[in-house]
Amino acid sequence: MKVEITVNGEATSADVEPRQLLAHYVRDTVGLKATNIGCDTTSCGACTVLLDGEAVKSCTVLSVQADQQSVTTMEGLDGAADGRPEHPVTAAFHAEHGLQCGFCTPGMVMSAVSLINHDDELDERKVREGLEGNLCRCTGYHNIVRAVLVAAGKDPDAAQQAEAESDALRTAPGFSRGEGA
Amino acid sequence: MIPLAFDYARPDTLDDAIALLAEKGEDASVLAGGHSLIPVMKVRLGAPEFLIDIGRLPELSYIRLDEAAGEVAIGAGTKHRDVVNSELLAAEVPLLPAVARTVGDPQIRARGTLGGTLAHADPAADLPAAVLALDGTVVLQGPRGKRSVPIGEFYTGVFTSVREPDELIVEIRIPRCGDRGWAYEKFTRRSNDWGIVGVAVSGDRIGLVNMGSTALRATATEQALAEGRPIAEAAALAAEGTEPPSDTHGTPEYRTHLVQVLTRRALETAHGQR
Repeated sequence: MKVEITVNGEATSADVEPRQLLAHYVRDTVGLKATNIGCDTTSCGACTVLLDGEAVKSCTVLSVQADQQSVTTMEGLDGAADGRPEHPVTAAFHAEHGLQCGFCTPGMVMSAVSLINHDDELDERKVREGLEGNLCRCTGYHNIVRAVLVAAGKDPDAAQQAEAESDALRTAPGFSRGEGA
Repeated sequence: MIPLAFDYARPDTLDDAIALLAEKGEDASVLAGGHSLIPVMKVRLGAPEFLIDIGRLPELSYIRLDEAAGEVAIGAGTKHRDVVNSELLAAEVPLLPAVARTVGDPQIRARGTLGGTLAHADPAADLPAAVLALDGTVVLQGPRGKRSVPIGEFYTGVFTSVREPDELIVEIRIPRCGDRGWAYEKFTRRSNDWGIVGVAVSGDRIGLVNMGSTALRATATEQALAEGRPIAEAAALAAEGTEPPSDTHGTPEYRTHLVQVLTRRALETAHGQR
C-alpha cells in the first residue's frame, strides 16, 4: 500500500505493508536511525517522534496511519543529523549532561520538544510529569529535567528550589488526588 | 514485534466506515487511536484480517453541550488529550478529564480515544469506570441505525460488550454534573501502569477499576450512603459483590482491602471532608 509521509520536511513515499510500524518506516524505509526501538510495547518512549507536531510512540503507530501526515525525528532538529547540538533542546541536553548511554535520548528529546511547544510556563513538576512516557535507565532523570528546563528558558536551579519548597503533594500523576469539589 | 498481515482501509466518511464494517463483519476490527488494538496485534493475541481506520474521521472528534438533553456529547474518536484539555468538560463533568489525565502518558493520550478505550472493554482501564460513575450512555451505530446503551448495560465480560460486530461506538453522552462532588483514586506501583485498583466517584455513584471482569459499581457502598451511613462505614462495603482478579500486582485479598481504602479517600474528597 502506497504511503506518502513528510519526514523532517522532505516528502517521502513507499509501498509498504499495512502492518509496518512507523518506527520501521523511519528507520528502515527512510533510513533515519536516531529513532530507537526499546521496549516495543508503548512503554519506554525511545521511539518517540512528532506526528503532525504531537509526540507519539512510533512503535504503536502504523505507517499507513501516518499517510499524508508529517513526521519529525531527532535528525530533523537543527544540526542533529550532523551530530551538532544546535537546536535549543539538544544544546541543553549537551550542556546539562542530560544523558549517559544515549539510547533513550532521541525519544526523550522529541518528547521535550513537544512539551515545550505545548506549555510556555514549565516548572520542574510539569517537566517530570510531561516526560512520564519516556524511561531512562541511566541518569535518574535529574539532568534530563534540568536540560528541559534550560531549553524552556527557565533557570533550573530556581525551578528546582521552587519545587523543593513547594507544598505540592509528592505524588505522580497516576496517583490522582481527585482535587474536585 | 510485527502484527500478522492484514488489509487496511481508511474511509473518508462515517457512513463509508459503517458500510465497510457491515461488509467485513467479524473479519474486521475498527482502528481508532490503536493504542489498545495494535499492542494486542503485535503480540498476536489478536489477528484481524481487515482494519477499518476511523482515527482521522472529523465527524467523530467533538465535544459539545446538548442543553436540551442536559448532557455533554463527546465524539467517540475524541483523543484523551482533547478530553483532558476541554474547558467544557472541566466545567460540566470534571471527573472525566481528571480521569483521562491519568491514562497512560502524554504520547498515549495524544493517540488513544474515549470510544476506543470504552470499546476495548478492559476492566483495568480507567475511563469505563469513570463513565459508569457519571451515568453515561454509549451511542452505537450500525447498518440498522443508532441505539443508545447505558454504560451499566454495555459490558458483558472481559474485553466483551453488547456492541455487535457491525456496530461502531460513535458518541458518549454524559449528564451534566452541576456542583456534585467528584474524585478519582488510582493506585499503581509506577506512574503509567494500569491501576491495581481505581475508584471513581461522582456524587454518590461509584465506579470501580479492576475489581472484576468489567467496570463495576460499588452498589453496597452507594446503598449505605443513601441510608445516611458515614463514609467510613459505607466504604468498608466497597468490595461487596466484586470478584477482584489475582495477578503479579496483587491478590484478590489485597485488592479487597485496597478498594475500601481508596473508596473512603475518594468519598472524603468528593464530599469535601479532606
